[in-house]
Amino acid sequence: MSAKPLVIAGVEFSSRLFVGTGKFSSGEAMRRSLEASGTQLVTVALGRIRTGGEPDDILGHLDTGRYRLLPNTSGTRNAREAVLAAELAREALETNWLKLEIHPDPKYLMPDPVETLQAAEQLVRRGFVVLPYVHADPVLCRRLEEAGAAAVMPLGSPIGSSRGLESRAFLEIIIAQSGVPVVVDAGLGAPSDAAAALEMGADAVLVNTAIAAAADPVAMADAFRLGVAAGRAAREAGIARPEPGREPAIASATSPLTAFLGEASR
Amino acid sequence: MNFIDVWRRHDFGEVARRIASSGPSEVRRALGRPRGSVDLDDFAALLSPAASGHLEEMAQAAHQYSLERFGRTMRMYAPLYLSNACANVCTYCGFSAHNKIRRKVLSDPEILAEARVLKAHGFESVLLVTGEVARVGRDYLANALALLRPHFSGLWIEVQPLPEEDYASLAQAGLSAVMVYQETYDARTYGRHHLSGPKADVEWRLGTPDRLGRAGVKRIGLGALYGLSDWRADAWFTGLHLRHVETVHWRSRTSVSFPRLRPHEGGDIPVTPFSERDLVQAACAFRLLSPEAELSLSTRESAEFRNRAFRLGFTSMSAGSRTNPGGYASAPESLEQFAIDDNRSPAEVASFLRSQGYEPVWKDWDQTYDGFEGAHPAPRRALAAPAALA
Repeated sequence: MSAKPLVIAGVEFSSRLFVGTGKFSSGEAMRRSLEASGTQLVTVALGRIRTGGEPDDILGHLDTGRYRLLPNTSGTRNAREAVLAAELAREALETNWLKLEIHPDPKYLMPDPVETLQAAEQLVRRGFVVLPYVHADPVLCRRLEEAGAAAVMPLGSPIGSSRGLESRAFLEIIIAQSGVPVVVDAGLGAPSDAAAALEMGADAVLVNTAIAAAADPVAMADAFRLGVAAGRAAREAGIARPEPGREPAIASATSPLTAFLGEASR
Repeated sequence: MNFIDVWRRHDFGEVARRIASSGPSEVRRALGRPRGSVDLDDFAALLSPAASGHLEEMAQAAHQYSLERFGRTMRMYAPLYLSNACANVCTYCGFSAHNKIRRKVLSDPEILAEARVLKAHGFESVLLVTGEVARVGRDYLANALALLRPHFSGLWIEVQPLPEEDYASLAQAGLSAVMVYQETYDARTYGRHHLSGPKADVEWRLGTPDRLGRAGVKRIGLGALYGLSDWRADAWFTGLHLRHVETVHWRSRTSVSFPRLRPHEGGDIPVTPFSERDLVQAACAFRLLSPEAELSLSTRESAEFRNRAFRLGFTSMSAGSRTNPGGYASAPESLEQFAIDDNRSPAEVASFLRSQGYEPVWKDWDQTYDGFEGAHPAPRRALAAPAALA
């Protein structure tokens, strides 16, 4: 639990850990992991759920009173497909929240910036609360914010890679200039990565593989909960040590620059 | 989002009290922030009395940030006063409508005569300044910009706030930047000093940078007139405004100026304290808040001060300024808006900067950049050198 709640599109979250529902070994493992994570927002792939009302492996194990659902458009390859998927998700899951992800490349699942921006513009007009998954591209994030995105979700490293915050230098810029919450998504491998993202000033993180594929997903979900809470608390406390690769504000003193300002200055 | 809504959420007196009560731990936290992550709470701490004991640390950091972003360079510009006619009654200004002075609006030949002198000094960037009267409006300014466009690379204006569509059309006429200083963000004090005329409308002025951003003006200059109200709170509100412009109008560059109240004709008003030391603290705090904003140091300040303070985050300087219309050539004796304090010639200032290892930069913009959306830019033409300097 962090002191200052996160607010996205008017909705308050006390947990800054969002969790994906893919790759768990069972519905029960997922249910217990989500509980241990303390999350309040979970993503579900539209492509994975049964939309016809039949019992569903994922939805059947989700307490929808407890978790806000964030359907994603994973599997779509362009804006047109993403908009269709979004409409289907809105109807099936009765939420206008949407994680917009468009990756035409099935190997690395890299998000397509051009199609994502176009889809975001259309979806905002259609009344969706859009959270786009994108590269850690500061200009793209600004364009998405202008298009009306409720948050931006830049990647930390290639999805599923567990390589951590490889995009750190660009995330720092995005965080510094964003007017909407920044959720670091994809590539976080360990709780320390999540803590580092929150320390850096990210508003939240989204984790899936690192929890679902851990030897003990429930214990790992708990570890991520602690990592996120620690990172956020440190951020709010004000970190004394400069972050790696970043100079502290105070440079080493050379010759004094203000000695000329006497007490009698005008 | 409009800045007026942001401004309304903050009470000036409350902000002043909050800054005054900042303690050493807040100052230390602000100084420990990595580059680019100083927020507005940190900024308040950096402006506080508690931070004045850390001025040397702030100055070192401000110097370092500026070096990394701008190198050892200083952009040079000069004001070009086009008119001192003004319908506003403002307590602190020499051009105030109540002052019985001869009013002057430069004609085309007079504008070109001024331009010749500034060109001969080497200036490529000029700041066109006017008072506020109907006949010195958009059409007059468009004409002046068209006259000057072939001769200067950067044309900036500091005139009355205009509607968005006027800015858009002036941008087409070759405008590069607009400075619009709020004077004070303290509504009550603003009302006490802007007694009548269009300038009495505080919200019209507050909304100007938003109109500039929407009109696509490429550089937006902000500032407060220090001496009217509590300087720390006015500086903080200017920072709030700067952050707003940087966030919402992120395609535009920003600049910040630090005018201090100077003696002028017909003025005798109480001036709140704002010392050279305070000015340095404000400038350094702005540099830490925004590593990329242009910070301007004017000839209102003395040569001795400018010679030392120029390293403390500043990136542009005026030199050899005249603050009266026709002051460079056609009417050197007309009334000035305020007295300047650094009377050195542009060449003397430039030579001093070079002696300190700094490069005076005369041109850092090209008129081509102002022509992308409009007609093709006019070809540059040489102005005949003024007789006096030939």
